[in-house]
Amino acid sequence: MDGKVIESAPNAAADWPDRIYDLLKQYNVRQVALVPDAGHSRLIKRCLADNELRVVTLTTEEEGVALMQGAWLGGQRSVLLMQSSGVGNCINMLSLSSIHRTPMPMIITMRGDFGEFNPAQIAMGQATQTVLEAMGTLVHRADRAEDVAETVEATLKLAYNTFRPTATLIGQRVLGAKTFGKD
Amino acid sequence: MVKLGASGKLDRRELTRALFEDRGDLLVVAGLGAPAWDITAVGDGPQNLPLWGGMGGAAMIGLGLALAQPDKTVLVLTGDGEMLMGIGSLATIAHQAPKNLSIVVQDNEHYGETGMQETATRQGTDLVKMAEGAGIRNTMLVTEPGQVPALKAAIHKKDGPLFAVAKIDPATLPLVLPPREGAILQARMREHLLGPAAHLA
Repeated sequence: MDGKVIESAPNAAADWPDRIYDLLKQYNVRQVALVPDAGHSRLIKRCLADNELRVVTLTTEEEGVALMQGAWLGGQRSVLLMQSSGVGNCINMLSLSSIHRTPMPMIITMRGDFGEFNPAQIAMGQATQTVLEAMGTLVHRADRAEDVAETVEATLKLAYNTFRPTATLIGQRVLGAKTFGKD
Repeated sequence: MVKLGASGKLDRRELTRALFEDRGDLLVVAGLGAPAWDITAVGDGPQNLPLWGGMGGAAMIGLGLALAQPDKTVLVLTGDGEMLMGIGSLATIAHQAPKNLSIVVQDNEHYGETGMQETATRQGTDLVKMAEGAGIRNTMLVTEPGQVPALKAAIHKKDGPLFAVAKIDPATLPLVLPPREGAILQARMREHLLGPAAHLA
C-alpha cells in the first residue's frame, strides 16, 4: 500500500462509477453538485467530460442541498455527491426538502466505516445514516460493488418519484480503507 | 424615487417595490425573514419564492434556478445575516458565472428577526469586497435613491452574475406574510415555468 495515498479510490477495474454515470444520464439528471471525494473521482471525471451535465463544485455540502432546491424549482433534476463527513454540513438545509417537497438524491461515499484508520472520521461516519434519517431521508447502503448501481437507481427513483431526500451510502468496504501506510 | 428611512438610508420596502416595478419575467428568491415579507408586501405570486427556512441557502437556490432557466432573469433578494451564513456560495457562483443571476443584499447591519443584534457588516465587514474577492466582477454598492435605476437596469441586463449591497434603514416594518405551505410555493413557480406538466414530472 502506498503510504502517500491520502484518500482511497475505487479499483480501476471496478465499473460501478461508470454505472452511476449511466444512471445519471438515464434519469435525465442535469445538475451535479459535489464536494470532491476520492471515492467519487472517476464519476466526477465522467460528469466533467459531459457538456450536458452541469457540475457545480461547492465550498460546503449544504450549498448543494440549496442548489437542488433551485434546480427543481426551474424544472431540472439534480444530485449531490459527497463524502459522509459532508452530511453533517447539510442537516438544517435538508429542511428545504420537507418544506417544499423537493427531490434531493444524494450519493455518499463512506468514511469512518469498515476498516477506518483515521479516528477523526469515526464520529461523523458512524452518525451519517442516523443524521440523514433524522431529517427524513430514505437511506440505503451498498456494501458490495455489485450492489452499488441498483441501490443508486433506487435512490434516484425514490427521490424523483416521491419528492424527498434520499441517499445511497457506498460503504468503505467497497471503496477500500485508507491506511497512511500503517496497514 | 425611493424614499429614505429615519436613518437616512433607503427604505427596504420602497427599494423592493422599485426593483419589482415592471418586473417582466423576473423570478425572485427571497431570503427568510424581512426580505420574504418585503417581496410579499410588494405583491405575492408564482414568480416569487419567499423562503421560510434554509438560512444561508438563498443564493444557491438562485444559482440552481438560474442554471435551470437560463432564459429567465433570476434575482436573489436577501439580508446581510443570511448572506454571511452562506458566504462561500459567492465563490461557487463566481465559478459557475450564470449571466442571468443577480444577488441583492438588503444590508441593515442587523439580525432583524431576532432582536436587532448587530451583524458583522455593522463592524466593517464589506460584503461587496467579499464578493469581489470570491471572483464576482460585476458588483454595486447602493446607498442613495439615485442609484436604484442603475441597479434595476443591471439586474435585467443579464451580464451577471451581479452582486449588489443596498444599505437600508434598519426599521422593522409591518409583517406581510406569504403562504406558509412550501409545497405550494414551489409548485406554483414550477407551474409558472413548466405549465401543468410540472405536476406530472
